[in-house]
Amino acid sequence: MTNAAATADAPVRPAHYGSMSRDRRWAMRWSYFFLVLFAIFFLMPPFYMLLTSLKTSGEISAATNPWWVFDPTLENYIALLTKNEFLIFFRNSALVSVCVVSLTMVISVLAAFSLARMKFWGSATLATGVFLTYLVPDTLLFIPLFKMFAWFRDLTGIELINHWWTMIILYPTLSVPFATWIMIGYFASIPKELDEAALIDGASWFQTLTKIFIPVAMPGIIAAMIFSFTVSWAQFLYPLAFTTSSNELLLPVGIVTTLIKGDVFNWGQIMTGALLGAAPPLIIYAFLMDYYVAGLTAGATKG
Amino acid sequence: MAQVTLRKVIKKYDEVQAVRGVDLDIADKEFIVLVGPSGCGKSTTLRMIAGLEEITGGDIAIGGNIVNDVPPKDRDIAMVFQNYALYPHMNVYENMSFGLKLKKTPKDEIDKRVRLAAGILDITELLDRKPKALSGGQRQRVAMGRAIVRDPKVFLFDEPLSNLDAKLRVQMRTEIKKVHQKVRTTTVYVTHDQVEAMTLADRVVVMNAGLIEQVGTPNDLYHTPATKFVAGFIGSPAMNFIPCQLEQAAGALRIRVNDKLSFPVPAERTARYTPHVGKPKLVLGLRPEHIIETRPHVEPNQHDFDMNIEVVEPMGMETLVYFTVNGVEICGRVNPNAGAAAARTMKLRADLSNMHLIDDTTGKVL
Repeated sequence: MTNAAATADAPVRPAHYGSMSRDRRWAMRWSYFFLVLFAIFFLMPPFYMLLTSLKTSGEISAATNPWWVFDPTLENYIALLTKNEFLIFFRNSALVSVCVVSLTMVISVLAAFSLARMKFWGSATLATGVFLTYLVPDTLLFIPLFKMFAWFRDLTGIELINHWWTMIILYPTLSVPFATWIMIGYFASIPKELDEAALIDGASWFQTLTKIFIPVAMPGIIAAMIFSFTVSWAQFLYPLAFTTSSNELLLPVGIVTTLIKGDVFNWGQIMTGALLGAAPPLIIYAFLMDYYVAGLTAGATKG
Repeated sequence: MAQVTLRKVIKKYDEVQAVRGVDLDIADKEFIVLVGPSGCGKSTTLRMIAGLEEITGGDIAIGGNIVNDVPPKDRDIAMVFQNYALYPHMNVYENMSFGLKLKKTPKDEIDKRVRLAAGILDITELLDRKPKALSGGQRQRVAMGRAIVRDPKVFLFDEPLSNLDAKLRVQMRTEIKKVHQKVRTTTVYVTHDQVEAMTLADRVVVMNAGLIEQVGTPNDLYHTPATKFVAGFIGSPAMNFIPCQLEQAAGALRIRVNDKLSFPVPAERTARYTPHVGKPKLVLGLRPEHIIETRPHVEPNQHDFDMNIEVVEPMGMETLVYFTVNGVEICGRVNPNAGAAAARTMKLRADLSNMHLIDDTTGKVL
């Protein structure tokens, strides 16, 4: 059929029918509708935290509109930031998180590199094993860990319970498997020829890791770092179970145990503490979000 | 001085034998191309020379020293990969100097060598770019530059042009040849493209199913193939294989294709072919350019025959005609002005001085 005939026979369509831009416009409207809905849903609690942190105790317990601050005050912030305890919790948490992130990254990058690249006997099984350990919930782990610590004390005389630094040993049980898994995925997406080229260029395995793999896998490494930071910053169960003295507490547990006295809830300071505690991960996410997404999706498609 | 010698080299992956005993002597400064269909073991052979694959049996020597257990970095080789394998986080200069840096070469020596190689490849103005900002052809040049800078004993190329588009491939092919003429280094080049193999190689190694079928200059392979595989692999369009019989009548040999079609064997080949008279599975090998339109002037060993043409493919410079003999599709190359037309009978001419007689049971050219 010739072109001319084709145009002549074609039915005349209304210009908007099935048009791409029209479909897209509706898709966008729906997307925005649900995005706004979810944003409201998820931002409500932090917003409520912010409002409450700006109220006096009197206003919190008064029967006024809870969604408005009639008499804003910074007294909760001042009280918390001048209280020595809170600063100790913050310091403990920060130290633990920095150490856990460093430890996790050293272990998981080395583990992932060897599991992904040095084909040794059982490496595939080990890689699966690493992931399986991640599936064990921490609620199941802390009782055997107690037992192990008691046994360790009997053996060496070193007490691990009720020290904030014990968390540096504990948290990697949660962060290392997942970080290793992310890194295995990321390293696997680096073409094989790259390490072969490095090998021919004269690089040792360790040089291939430090000079080629780590720089190339930086997005993945940053993603794994953010993940392990989040795990160690927000971890609640382990510090609750393993620490009791007030100067050994970490931030999440510290806020809850020191600001709730029996059945008296100091809501203003609890909310302030929670808000301040949530700030560091929030800031880190805001700056490194792109890396985080790139790192998590790297294994999925070969880029 | 860097000859490369392979002696009975074998590679087994579990049960599968990828390379089944390869013997090859590569002279110093020679450009050798390993060619064959995918899975023939050519890449494995190259990777064994590089040291990226361990060899299961046999010996590999570079420059007279057996390197079976020598790691790649100590073999003094450089390799160019199909996907270039440039380090994405380094710029061109860093990519090229990485190997030298690892060897703790002095800085000014590195700089001198990188700039020299960049000059040869015409990439001096790209030195501070990242691979991401380069085109396919430029990346290919950088990959070659990285190899040249190290001044190795042997260059290894693993299908370096397969990722380029057709036009660039032809251009880079010439480029590689020029580079080899400037930097005369022993080169082993793997490709599945027979045109690349023919145009680049001093000698071509045709591999099939883990074994070497034939080693020879491009012209040797084209004109005197040793096996049916080589005859069919080299040349495009491929050689025609026509089932036939060899008969002796009144002291003269004839190749009988069918009841209607038979040709006398060229006189100079009678002695060679006589022992094969009456053999069951014989095949007449005739390249398309030796089936042409009829012409007034007759050369020796040329014979005309009539054939019903089925398909005509005008290529401009020539016209390909297709017809069926004994159930096999045959291709001929005729002059575009010879008046070839589909579904019409045409007088064609077979040039038997360039024929090959193949024993199909052994696959050998007789």
